[in-house]
Amino acid sequence: MYKIDTQNVDFYYGDFHALKNISMQISPNTSVAFIGPSGCGKSTFLRLFNRMNDLIPGTKLEGKIYIDERNIYDKSENVDRLRKNVGMVFQKPNPFPKTIFENVAYGLRVNGVKDQSYIEETVVKTLQQVVLWDEVKDKLKESAFALSGGQQQRLCIARALAISPSILLMDEPTSALDPISTGKIEDLIHQLKEQYTIVIVTHNMQQAARVSDKTGYFYLGELIEYGDTRKIFTNPEKESTQNYITGRFG
Amino acid sequence: MMISEQEELKIDARKNTTQRAVFAFFTFLSYCVVAILFTILGFIIIKGIGVISWDFLTKAPEEGMTEGGIYPAIVGTLYLVLGSSLISFPIGIMSGIYMNEYATNGKLIRFIRIMTNNLSGVPSVVFGLFGMALFVNTMGFGDSIIAGSLTLALLSLPLVIRTTEEAMKSVDDSYRHGSLALGATKLQTIRRVVLPMAFPNIITGLILSVGRVSGETAPILFTVAAYFLPQLPGSIFDQCMALPYHLYVISTSGTDIEASRGMAYGTALVLVAIILIVNLLANALRTYFAKKVKMN
Repeated sequence: MYKIDTQNVDFYYGDFHALKNISMQISPNTSVAFIGPSGCGKSTFLRLFNRMNDLIPGTKLEGKIYIDERNIYDKSENVDRLRKNVGMVFQKPNPFPKTIFENVAYGLRVNGVKDQSYIEETVVKTLQQVVLWDEVKDKLKESAFALSGGQQQRLCIARALAISPSILLMDEPTSALDPISTGKIEDLIHQLKEQYTIVIVTHNMQQAARVSDKTGYFYLGELIEYGDTRKIFTNPEKESTQNYITGRFG
Repeated sequence: MMISEQEELKIDARKNTTQRAVFAFFTFLSYCVVAILFTILGFIIIKGIGVISWDFLTKAPEEGMTEGGIYPAIVGTLYLVLGSSLISFPIGIMSGIYMNEYATNGKLIRFIRIMTNNLSGVPSVVFGLFGMALFVNTMGFGDSIIAGSLTLALLSLPLVIRTTEEAMKSVDDSYRHGSLALGATKLQTIRRVVLPMAFPNIITGLILSVGRVSGETAPILFTVAAYFLPQLPGSIFDQCMALPYHLYVISTSGTDIEASRGMAYGTALVLVAIILIVNLLANALRTYFAKKVKMN
């Protein structure tokens, strides 16, 4: 059984054909990296999994996307519940202008959790999970904006994990961070893939090699190659993949 | 083509001089604006401060409005500001939220926006006339606080809508996306994330509208303002006095215009002071909420 199963997906921004006939299967508790040059469609493809592309007017989807064997674009699908199950971390850290505590509690509150002791427990647990607890335990009531960029991004990961998703989407989560913060996030991804299915879009080839079990290479809206990360980076089948990962273009 | 070092220096000097001259001119102009403002304020203060006293602020006009105070007019203006705000703030804020967050039909939005802009361009005396026809006569409120408040609310609505819309627009989409991605509904996102962030800017708009409403004369002329009314209004269906109209009356059609000249400047000073206090209050509120938004 696949965690995410896409079948013949085509996607359009107005007249622009952004994704071309993409079929991809992702197994549970694996981490998958999407690589490819800017504008290749990898972020667009990622945002289909939690239907964030719905927010852009004038888009059109063809084909089927199943998560846990449910067609997530079916009319009966509850988008809010889907997004609760499919968490997302964005390119730029975007904590809310609230306290550190309230940032993590936010997802619980909007999903109707009232039990204060459960909320407190979850906030502590998830902050420990993203290895931020020791740094913030004395300032939970302070603004999240007071944290550094790397801390903010870990806070955003904690915020996503607090509502117990089974899938975590990460859209270039370290592109705005320094190398040390990047290292911390990558360590975190390593731990998280034991419990979650992780899909990460990255421009950083070493990062893809370090954190993912499988890699998909996208070019001009097509999925050129998809397979074990080790194989993609050592012995790719397609010349285009070879050229990209060796830095000949991109 | 080569430029000699000497020529290059000359060009640099010329660029520098031009830049300095232009900025000096700009600076001069902006100081002029400030100077004009202070001149007006100074003029009103010097002419009006003499009549300001406790009695002036707490007593009704006496002796054909050449003596006594302006208490009923102060209270009337406060009632009208309060009344019109109660009507225009909720409607305006909700419309602004709808236009920026919910409406998806681009053509419809553009149409509404053009219409609200046109509405804000309508001369205030026309609002007064319309208010008289609709609220005073057709709806039968008569000359009353409710009719005046409704008319003033219509006048200030475009400003409230527009500033709410702009304030919501200035909140970066990444916050909306962050909230939606956590399974929050659009309404939860607006209420818990967008509105608190937009609130300091919305308040600015509301205060600007209060400033405008408290100074308007024409819209209240046919709908509520009384020439002279020694007692305070008993209900929202009564007439009341109001500062701007009172100023107009004692400057142009009082029983003894020369004798009430001092009263006129005093009235103007009180009006300006009220608007100034409201503005300062708004700034304080704005700072307070801007801080609060970051902390909660």
